[in-house]
Amino acid sequence: MSKLNREQFRSLREKLKAVNEQQTEIIVGLGSCGIAAGAARTFDAFQKEIKAKSLTGVVLRRTGCMGLCASEPTVEIKVPGMADIIYGWVTPEVARDIVQKHVMRQILVSNCIQDKTFKDILKEGE
Amino acid sequence: MSFNRYILIYRESDAGVDKNENLFDAFMKELGEKDPSNSVQVVDAVMNGKADPDSTLVKIIPDNIYFKCKDPVDAIKIVDDFIIKNNPVKKLEAAANNIQYRIVLRNCGVIDPENINEYIAREGYSALEKVLFDMTPDEVIAEIKKSGLRGRGGAGFPTGNKWAFTQQAVGDVKYVVCNADEGDPGAYMDRSTLEGDPNSIIEAMAIAGYAVGASKGYIYIRAEYPLAIKRLEIAISQATEMGLMGKNIMGSDFSFEIEIRYGAGAFVCGEETALLASLQGERGMPKPRPPFPAVKGLWGKPTVINNVETLANIPVIIIKGSDWFNRIGTEKSKGTKVFAVTGKVKNSGLVEVPMGTTLRDIIFTVSGGIGNNRKFKAVQTGGPSGGVIPEKFLDTPIDYENLVALGSMMGSGGMIVMDEDDCMVDVNKFYLQFSVDESCGKCAPCRLGGRQLLTYLQDIAKGNGDLKDIDKMKRIGNAMQKASLCGLGQTTSNPIQSALKYFYDEYEEHIVHKKCRAGKCLELLTYTINPEKCSRCGICKRVCPASAISGDRESGFAIDNAVCIKCGECYNRCKFDAIDRG
Amino acid sequence: MTETKMIKAKINDIPVEVPAGTTILDAARKIHVNIPTLCKHPDLNATAGCGICIVKVKGSNKLLRSCCTDISEGMEVTTHDSEIIQVRKTVLELILSNHPDDCLHCGRNTNCELQNLAAHFVIRGVPFHTYKNSLPKDFSTGNIVLVPNKCILCGRCVDVCQNIQNVWALNFVGRGISTRIAPAGDILLADSPCVRCGQCAAHCPTGAIVEYDNTYDVWHALHDKDKYCIVQIAPAVRVAIGEAFGYEPGELLTNKLYAVLKKLGFKTVFDTNFSADVTIIEEATEFVSRFTTGGTLPLITSCCPSWVDFMEKYQIDMIDHFSTCKSPQQMMGALTKTYFAEKEGIDPKKIFMVSIMPCTAKKYEISRTKDMSASGIQDTDAVLTTRELSRMIKQSGIDFKNLPGDDPDHIMGDYSGAGTIFAATGGVMEAAIRTAYHYVTGENLKDVNVEAVRGLKGVKEGVIDIKGTKVKVAVAHGLGNVEYVLNKVKEAKLKGEEPPYHFIEVMACPGGCVGGGGQPYGVTDYLRTERAAGIYKDDVDQEIRCSHDNPMIKKLYQEYLGEPGSKKAHHLLHTHYEPKPVYIK
Repeated sequence: MSKLNREQFRSLREKLKAVNEQQTEIIVGLGSCGIAAGAARTFDAFQKEIKAKSLTGVVLRRTGCMGLCASEPTVEIKVPGMADIIYGWVTPEVARDIVQKHVMRQILVSNCIQDKTFKDILKEGE
Repeated sequence: MSFNRYILIYRESDAGVDKNENLFDAFMKELGEKDPSNSVQVVDAVMNGKADPDSTLVKIIPDNIYFKCKDPVDAIKIVDDFIIKNNPVKKLEAAANNIQYRIVLRNCGVIDPENINEYIAREGYSALEKVLFDMTPDEVIAEIKKSGLRGRGGAGFPTGNKWAFTQQAVGDVKYVVCNADEGDPGAYMDRSTLEGDPNSIIEAMAIAGYAVGASKGYIYIRAEYPLAIKRLEIAISQATEMGLMGKNIMGSDFSFEIEIRYGAGAFVCGEETALLASLQGERGMPKPRPPFPAVKGLWGKPTVINNVETLANIPVIIIKGSDWFNRIGTEKSKGTKVFAVTGKVKNSGLVEVPMGTTLRDIIFTVSGGIGNNRKFKAVQTGGPSGGVIPEKFLDTPIDYENLVALGSMMGSGGMIVMDEDDCMVDVNKFYLQFSVDESCGKCAPCRLGGRQLLTYLQDIAKGNGDLKDIDKMKRIGNAMQKASLCGLGQTTSNPIQSALKYFYDEYEEHIVHKKCRAGKCLELLTYTINPEKCSRCGICKRVCPASAISGDRESGFAIDNAVCIKCGECYNRCKFDAIDRG
Repeated sequence: MTETKMIKAKINDIPVEVPAGTTILDAARKIHVNIPTLCKHPDLNATAGCGICIVKVKGSNKLLRSCCTDISEGMEVTTHDSEIIQVRKTVLELILSNHPDDCLHCGRNTNCELQNLAAHFVIRGVPFHTYKNSLPKDFSTGNIVLVPNKCILCGRCVDVCQNIQNVWALNFVGRGISTRIAPAGDILLADSPCVRCGQCAAHCPTGAIVEYDNTYDVWHALHDKDKYCIVQIAPAVRVAIGEAFGYEPGELLTNKLYAVLKKLGFKTVFDTNFSADVTIIEEATEFVSRFTTGGTLPLITSCCPSWVDFMEKYQIDMIDHFSTCKSPQQMMGALTKTYFAEKEGIDPKKIFMVSIMPCTAKKYEISRTKDMSASGIQDTDAVLTTRELSRMIKQSGIDFKNLPGDDPDHIMGDYSGAGTIFAATGGVMEAAIRTAYHYVTGENLKDVNVEAVRGLKGVKEGVIDIKGTKVKVAVAHGLGNVEYVLNKVKEAKLKGEEPPYHFIEVMACPGGCVGGGGQPYGVTDYLRTERAAGIYKDDVDQEIRCSHDNPMIKKLYQEYLGEPGSKKAHHLLHTHYEPKPVYIK
């Protein structure tokens, strides 16, 4: 990729800001804490399950620590038209459950929903 | 079947799912009657904070409204009025538990740290763009000064002033150094920040470089943080490839490059002069200040050293302005502070709250308080340099000055919560051992004073203490505070001084009565067999590795405490709860 | 040049005015307030390790280290009050809790900074736990002994070794309570880059680094009927030995030394100043020959054994530049066991040659190479430092102060002013210039004093006009100053330019031999200056100021050596150099 000048940077930023509202996102917390609790296996389980169910429009993403150390591995699910949900203690079995219920049928998975207790400061006032 | 609404019924993390069974049933029953299309799902959820003992918290999504339910009747009301008729039920509404405010952690757990595009999509590098094209270095420094940001490494020196000193210092070459040598026991804020949002640190370093006139930055990071290192490397290479780092950033005249240097895990290398020595390949030992690094730092050149968390604030301050930042926090401590809350809380985790939040809110409202039906005893802030804070000061709003007044300090943000099962002598011993291990050995008060204090604590924990030892410890501690060269030695005695202030009775118990109420000081425990409960099975005698138990099934068994090594094996193995420990 | 800003402040309510950049410690000394310290030495950077020199500064709630805190305008300092003294005492007790209680067996007994401070603070026991180390001593070099148990980790030796001498033999090893001073990698000192200059020992406040004591070897030889004991005294000893006997620093005591050595039982007393004159004859000859025939220049002096060792380890590309002349000590040794032995009909094997030196490295030099046995056997048998000699005199019961002076044995005891100034930095250069001038022009300098090369400036440069020929010289003392000079030489070499200097003198110790590692303790620039002043007075007092005018030298060459630089002279008075590894595995 060539080096960006100011204008190119600005246009790239605007392009990147446009969120794809139509895609489902599975975001796995892959900080050291999550990995230590087995998040890498959880990530693999999601990958396999998405493939097994031949899901399209589902994006599996990685992120850092969500701060819920006691509940690792943690996963956030964003389904278009639904509120974002964070799950804790997501073992590979729970991961499969989440795909089959939450992602495919919009049914929340009991027993491991976490509370997101903070707002996004970058979206303040929006 | 398709749901369009969800009712989340919250319980504490250590409560069973059946905790809210009645309420659950009430919702289900009412919905079964009033919602024949089956459009609402009722589901169990877990809260981080502490639950109100009289009510259960319920959240309706996507409406994002919380209700407090004391009774199954409330469930009926919520279903009837809110779900079915869409009428507000003000009487039952509850406030959301969102006292956290994430500036430093704004992107952690949100973006993919290995993809710079996701950072850019969230205003990443926009602050750098703004300073490079629309602000002079003086304006940047003025903005940081105005924000009131203070160093998050522990001492709280105003960041803007640090930058200004470095900018004003005479030197052809200047450096920016990021202190990522996080080493307090129980602290991992910086690691999480670097792993979750490495680009924010890089961007902030470049902003600092622009402000002070540096074109080279170093990140001094512990070699024990491989994932953070990897993600930093990825971030640096992606940013460089895109022209957001390196030569003529975004086509401007400003160039900045960053190199990562590994620390070998010496705690004292978090002290800035020791860090610089280590960075230069020398033995990591503190040097006297002045000269301050701002004047004479890395390789003798003016150097600004900022901690990870401090830097993470910078891009936000530039984008949202100092006025916005200035409104958060207390009069003297602006912005937020990230804490790694660990120990005996139900939900350990990373917490970012505005300065001025009380300790109680952090420990109970956010982290769920103490588990296992135990009571809160104390919290240690500031790691081995801080002190213990007892229950009566939990409502103190957190800022730099208040914590110092309590005999502790802000430190980098480790917060270790203790309950009744923790012994103050034992906790002090742990921190002292840490400080003694990590003393660089250069300065006599720290090297020898720390060793002395540790020996006194070991004596006290073994029941060999003397009340006179306390005076000696105070004398040594005072000499260390006054005569040590760097912060490590000056603060080594803080945990002991604060424990002696707030928990003197525990010390006295250990010394005079040879008792450890928490049962942590093994040498002070005595094990006895309660003949009432003893079934004379003899397992205790068989498992005792020291042959301290005599007797037979005829006459019963007895423990000789002179021989006993306090391993607790008999206590653990007795099926009849017949062994008393005290 | 801009004028240094003056700072006005108050120390213990006494007004003080000092230049900006003065520490509180130095400002206090100026008004005769003595703040105790165990780690700060006037020669060295503040390591700020001991924590004893703490003072109160109005407005600061911490106690500050006066050794490394600059005094600032309007500062109000309290150096002594009951709280400060209590903290100092506690810190001292902490240091003593980790220090052996064996003052009676210590190399620094009665002359120890820690012992003095403990006495002042009325320490009658350590009220805390005690942690005594049991680390082995390091005798490996045979001249400098490390006694880690007595080390208080003040860091002076490390600073002097690394920053003044640029040798980097000593470092801090280990952490916390296990910290100690040792060569990096915890190897033996003899296997380290150590050049045995002894500046570590000279700066050590306790008995943790001392010279290897050879006094009993010398007593044994003196009492051995089969031995013929001869002694030589180095130039720098005569102006320093007095400090051990209550004289003012710099007091010249040459004749008393001759007398006391005879009283101790030496049959013959020579003066190294004589062999310094020989060195000049040989070295000036070597220089003039190289200068006039296009030999390798600059020529670099080689009479300092630490410098020779340093060069063989760190500057091997400079070997060709080194003068092949041995040091005066070794020339004296070789001549004693040949010239003198033959003349007096003494079996050289029976001669026990002792030299009294201001230097610990001289103990190493006597067996440096086979060249040091030019007479067929080791030319010099034992070396005592000035400190050891002072102890030997005290043991012998001789009343040094009231002892009348005596003369040396003239055959190798008479010296010129040029011989004596070897003791001070620049002295060898100055002495060589006096003779080189004569060799080139056939005349003596009108004014033999070469002020450009005198004094304590780290590097001194000058141009000597030998009747129109410009000779460029440089003098460096303190091995840390060598790099500047040699880098200039190397740069010119790389560029194919004329060398920046023709003649370079290097002495390992700051101030030259007057500040040697074997001299009485407590060296500072004040002492170096006073001792050098005594030496320059000795020079002026001599009728003969140039080595080539020394009649006994002329006699030596006429009777024995022949021409300067003759084959015999080369055999006895010259040596060679070999590259050495910096670390020995």
